[in-house]
Amino acid sequence: MVGGSVPVFDEIILSTALMNQVISFHDVSGILVCQAGCVLEELSQYLQERDFIMPLDLGAKGSCHIGGNVATNAGGLRFLRYGSLRGTVLGLEVVLADGTILNCLTSLRKDNTGYDLKQLFIGSEGTLGIITAVSILCPPRPKAVNVAFLGCPGFAEVLQTFSTCKGMLGEILSAFEFMDAECMQLVGQHLHLTNPVQESPFYVLVETSGSSAGHDTEKLTSVLEQVLNSGLVSDGTIATDQRKVQMLWALRERITEALSRDGYVFKYDISLPVERLYDLVIDLRTRVGPRAKHVVGYGHLGDGNLHLNVTAEAFSQELLSALEPYVYAWTAEQRGSVSAEHGLGFKKKNVLGYSKPPVAVKMMQQLKALLDPKGILNPYKTLPTQA
Amino acid sequence: MAELRALVAVKRVIDFAVKIRVKPDKSGVVTDGVKHSMNPFCEIAVEEAVRLKEKKLVKEVIAVSCGPAQCQETIRTALAMGADRGIHVEVPAAQAESLGPLQVARVLAKLAEKEKVDLLFLGKQAIDDDCNQTGQMTAGLLDWPQGTFASQVTLEGDKIKVEREIDGGLETIRLKLPSVVTADLRLNEPRYATLPNIMKAKKKKIEVMKPGDLGVDLTSKISVISVEEPPQRLAGVKVETTEDLVAKLKEVGRI
Repeated sequence: MVGGSVPVFDEIILSTALMNQVISFHDVSGILVCQAGCVLEELSQYLQERDFIMPLDLGAKGSCHIGGNVATNAGGLRFLRYGSLRGTVLGLEVVLADGTILNCLTSLRKDNTGYDLKQLFIGSEGTLGIITAVSILCPPRPKAVNVAFLGCPGFAEVLQTFSTCKGMLGEILSAFEFMDAECMQLVGQHLHLTNPVQESPFYVLVETSGSSAGHDTEKLTSVLEQVLNSGLVSDGTIATDQRKVQMLWALRERITEALSRDGYVFKYDISLPVERLYDLVIDLRTRVGPRAKHVVGYGHLGDGNLHLNVTAEAFSQELLSALEPYVYAWTAEQRGSVSAEHGLGFKKKNVLGYSKPPVAVKMMQQLKALLDPKGILNPYKTLPTQA
Repeated sequence: MAELRALVAVKRVIDFAVKIRVKPDKSGVVTDGVKHSMNPFCEIAVEEAVRLKEKKLVKEVIAVSCGPAQCQETIRTALAMGADRGIHVEVPAAQAESLGPLQVARVLAKLAEKEKVDLLFLGKQAIDDDCNQTGQMTAGLLDWPQGTFASQVTLEGDKIKVEREIDGGLETIRLKLPSVVTADLRLNEPRYATLPNIMKAKKKKIEVMKPGDLGVDLTSKISVISVEEPPQRLAGVKVETTEDLVAKLKEVGRI
């Protein structure tokens, strides 16, 4: 998304694709130890057979490596329920710039012996060391997964639906995604996906995961009855079989694809206080006016993460200037993050300052100099070019 | 003719997306804790019946299912799609294992007569046993005409025109009502049950009865001897050159 793994000048590409072995899996603790080149979907299948799942899931599961997921601290669709890789990764094996192998590949839930070095490498985008093996805590496979798709009359209602779901679904809530009417229009136009509910300004996808189908369905129908009767939701549907679960998720997961077919896409991935999540979209729509084809907002509402996308017939410097630094400044004003999930890579390294104070940026540069004095690890990325 | 009434039979099966596991004692497949849902072809049958009702060609749609208590979930799904009421022919779990097409056909035939319906819709086959017999057997027991593998259905007064998917292409037949129709994949795209309808469905009536109430005997002359997984597919062998390929093929007696 931000060109983090794209060579830009004179780099050598290192692939861990051949390091694709599962080292061990302990089915009582659920701790999986594997090499960094394992593909996420393959790990999911391995675990599924043993009644466990990976704590993260994303659209790119068919090709992404777990090492890459950890290096970018990938978020994904299960973040709301299982949390960040910073919590689920228990240990790492990392090769440092000078060739030293740092073996912190423990499988312990608790280990307060000294500084937690693995946290440096998680999300470091390959700039501090190369992850070669991962030890990760995997949750048991939920026996019952339910998906509901709802239409909301306004963003305020989306937020209230979220609060209601959190309150009434409690521990079984596993995903809460939103998308606006423009997104639905685009997936309909470019991918011919049918809208399962009546046209609404906003749509919400709610997923529950639990160990008891009866208990979960009852809780879900209860909360849906509540939001329907109180007017927070104008229409909705519940998936009655796996095929419908996949079709409902596709409406959300394939938005990116639909956008890429609409023209040139300017992509922003922002963390904001959840009440203000959609305000930026509205502001931007007014600001860019007819210069853009579409300005859409969707994302992990539960995580306060907005995916803001602007499409145009073709790239235009004029449109780019209207968007940047406006979007970043707007975000900084809300003390949000200019890159919630996607990282900095090549494209966003110079906007780090909008979300981190100068002292923090300086310390990051010091750590980089300490661990990679010759600057050989994924150069030209992540940290701003020093003056 | 808004006086027509339809009965739709629905079956609760293991969800098509589930990875099936055979029980270690080979007596069947693992069903405990496994996700079940309405058989996809039954869903298409319900959708067709509901569409006819929406076109005001059918007055009432009744959904029926035979089996243990959980069948009521499947009937509720049919009600949420638009069926008016449900009938659950209750068969305890232990006995349900011997419920085959002939037993279900006997139940449906009796019900069709009792409810005096003009149309009996079913899915063409269930995805668990792939029998593709229930519709045909029911029509035989009732001595009603049948239109199976329907990909299009048109009501014409007291007759029904059915376009069927057959090996050679499409066959169109005209049947006098009452008749049996089994749904094939291309008949329609089932709707999503919307929340308001799901809520309404909770209040719709499901009548529970026993096979004995219909005077049906469920004994089966078929017993399952064993259920096994298909043999594991052996890995292929890669060769370096065309000469190697020819040699290997000769070695295994293929050429």
